[in-house]
Amino acid sequence: MTPTIHVECINIGKRFDAIEALVDIQLVIEQGKIHALVGENGAGKSTLGKIISGVIRPDQGELIVKGRSVHYGSPYDALADSITIISQELSLVPKLSVMENVFLGMESQRAGVIQKEVIRRRYTGLLARSGFSLPADISVEKLRTADQKKVEILRAIARNAELIVMDEPTAALTSDETEKLLNIIRWLRDSGKTIVYVSHYLEEVLRLADTVTVLRNGRLVRTSSANEETPESLVAAMIGRAMTLAFPPKAAAVPDAPEVLSVEDLTIPGIIEDISFRVHAGEIVGLAGLVGSGRSEVARAIFGADRKTRGEICVNGKKVKINSPKDAIHAGVVLLPESRKLQGLIMTMEIGKNVTLPHLDTLSQASLIRGRKEFRETSDLLRELDVRPPEPGLRITKLSGGNQQKVLFAKWLFRRPSVLIADEPTSGVDVGAKQAIYKLINSLAEQGMGVLLISSEIEEVIGLAHRVYAMRQGRIIAEVEGDALTEENVTHAVFATHEGAIHK
Amino acid sequence: MLLKRVRLDILRDYGTSIAFIVLFALLSITTPAFFSARNLHNIVDQSAHVGIVACAMTMVIIGGCFDLSVGAIFAFAGSLAAIIARAGYTELGIITGILVGLILGFTNGIIITKLKINSFIATLATSLMIRALALVMTGGLLIVVTDKNFATLGQGRFLEIKYPVYILAAFIIFSWFVLSRTTFGRYVYAIGGNQDAARLSGVRVELIRVLTFCLTGLAAGLAGVITVSRIAQGVADIGTGVELDAIAATVIGGTSILGGEGAIWRTVIGVLLLRLIVNGFNLLNVPPFYQGIFQGAIIIFAVALDTLSKRSR
Repeated sequence: MTPTIHVECINIGKRFDAIEALVDIQLVIEQGKIHALVGENGAGKSTLGKIISGVIRPDQGELIVKGRSVHYGSPYDALADSITIISQELSLVPKLSVMENVFLGMESQRAGVIQKEVIRRRYTGLLARSGFSLPADISVEKLRTADQKKVEILRAIARNAELIVMDEPTAALTSDETEKLLNIIRWLRDSGKTIVYVSHYLEEVLRLADTVTVLRNGRLVRTSSANEETPESLVAAMIGRAMTLAFPPKAAAVPDAPEVLSVEDLTIPGIIEDISFRVHAGEIVGLAGLVGSGRSEVARAIFGADRKTRGEICVNGKKVKINSPKDAIHAGVVLLPESRKLQGLIMTMEIGKNVTLPHLDTLSQASLIRGRKEFRETSDLLRELDVRPPEPGLRITKLSGGNQQKVLFAKWLFRRPSVLIADEPTSGVDVGAKQAIYKLINSLAEQGMGVLLISSEIEEVIGLAHRVYAMRQGRIIAEVEGDALTEENVTHAVFATHEGAIHK
Repeated sequence: MLLKRVRLDILRDYGTSIAFIVLFALLSITTPAFFSARNLHNIVDQSAHVGIVACAMTMVIIGGCFDLSVGAIFAFAGSLAAIIARAGYTELGIITGILVGLILGFTNGIIITKLKINSFIATLATSLMIRALALVMTGGLLIVVTDKNFATLGQGRFLEIKYPVYILAAFIIFSWFVLSRTTFGRYVYAIGGNQDAARLSGVRVELIRVLTFCLTGLAAGLAGVITVSRIAQGVADIGTGVELDAIAATVIGGTSILGGEGAIWRTVIGVLLLRLIVNGFNLLNVPPFYQGIFQGAIIIFAVALDTLSKRSR
């Protein structure tokens, strides 16, 4: 049986201002298949997904759906052809219930009056068909991210979508939630739906997709069958040269290096309990755990961002009182927070002002900012960290995600802290920037800084850290180091399976 | 596309300045009475009270808040100064009026940061209370001050130019300097741009916020005392609408109502533009009823430009 073509792109092109987002894209998407789009940030994969689903109009080329040339002006036009998108950001109404969200815009009604009972019957039918279990009346804002994704998928099914574009659906999910979602996506395919799957998690893509298309700088590199690709071959195609996702070699930990950070009995009841650990000079210590295990909360409590009930913190062997981020900064402990845009940078400010915000005390005299000194020292640091372009006066929004993340590093390295706590330091950056950040973290440790690394990507923790603490339900449940430091052991520890109890 | 966006940015950044220059030129050509030292001096002199309040308001707005109580503080401080001056303590009255403004602003700041009430609502409430206190204090009566010294602040001249003009100039320079050159100014931008990120950067968000409200209180007190001195009488219903004029001037200048972005020079242009419209309408004999339509349209235009240039970014 020859496969049916669902969507065909002919010479699709799209510009945003001076940037060519997509150039001459030729692509065939087969019916009933999972077709993945991969590429670095800015490669154009999301843009292509949005063009297929009518969110964005192409400037050039032709889109052919089931043999018919189409010109979508909006997502509604695409929906008429049974095409819909589940975008990266949630597009649900938080205050409305699950059921109301699923049938939003297509409620059963009589003379304008919504017929709740009819809708409820439709919802029950939908659950039976999909095999999901989600309470109808709970408001969406109370659901976990994974369940919110399910609501969006239910909505797509309710609208009889035959092609669903999914843009980074697992980005906000924990690994077990991701597994469940992948199963749902497979089920959708098996029931005849076409899935366009946009993601930068290559392992995930290879396990899931039938076909993979690699994009680079808005151009299509190749489309191939997923079982012909490996993560390495995809990365090579994405960045245009062979590059392994290797981590820089770890420097041997100095055996008698002094403790730069020691935490004793840190507790916020109900959130984190009895957290005790230490970090030595020149050491990278990983804090592994699922989302919600309390990793970020430990970081915030040490940094004074959240109030702790008890706990003793020593920096460089001296006991310090940390009641606010200001105290922590002065004690030599800094936190690179989890969310770059919400907690890390001030998006309305210039690059330089973001970098120096925590350090104005060293750059001012009697409250007067010494502008020239500020400019000089910021420029030097930006150049050292290879921020492109290294111009302190430029608005932070003009930079790519990877460069913004480097600015965030500059902000926290400006004063050469003793301890750097990095919470998800590579979230939302592309492969190239990831490599640069790994190298940077490594070289900081080599210079004698103590690093506490928090990451959801276990391979990142394994690849960088000398020692790893595994957390679960607000407690440290294992310490893994040396030869025992393998992905398998840490995963077991994090999920608290039997084999995980190596120490303690 | 690119060209269009650049134009939009320029229009947002300098639109008010362009409008100001165009209107200024137009009035100079059409009405001979406009371009005279006397009239220009009047325009600035009459802008003094709103200008002082607007400069402080700009800092509050950049910091991500609003202060609707400045009109009430204006009246309370002015009336108190008049009462004390009438009792024979002219200098004490002036100083007390200004300090009371500062204290009321501080109270606003404490209510907003400690009780965590939205600044719009909090200052709406305190504005009702402060205005009522002013009425209680004056008994709803006109407080006429006969001492000639009291009127010096508002009416006195140095080198032909009235004192309020100097005070306005000094306050503009002070605000500009504080906002653009000091650590405090930098923190104001930071807390308005992203409060959480500012806190995680070691900025004492609540302290900075309280200080911005101290400044609007102080400015309102100063402006109120100047106005009372100018007319040599205190009354509880002066300064109504000053808060709206100050916010309007700030917004017209191009300072973002979302916080984190803005500048004093923008507000100065906004204040002068609003004043120019009033002055021009008077000189051209247009009934003053139409002024509001024109001013309102300009506000809508300014904010729309801001939103459009943000969306296209």
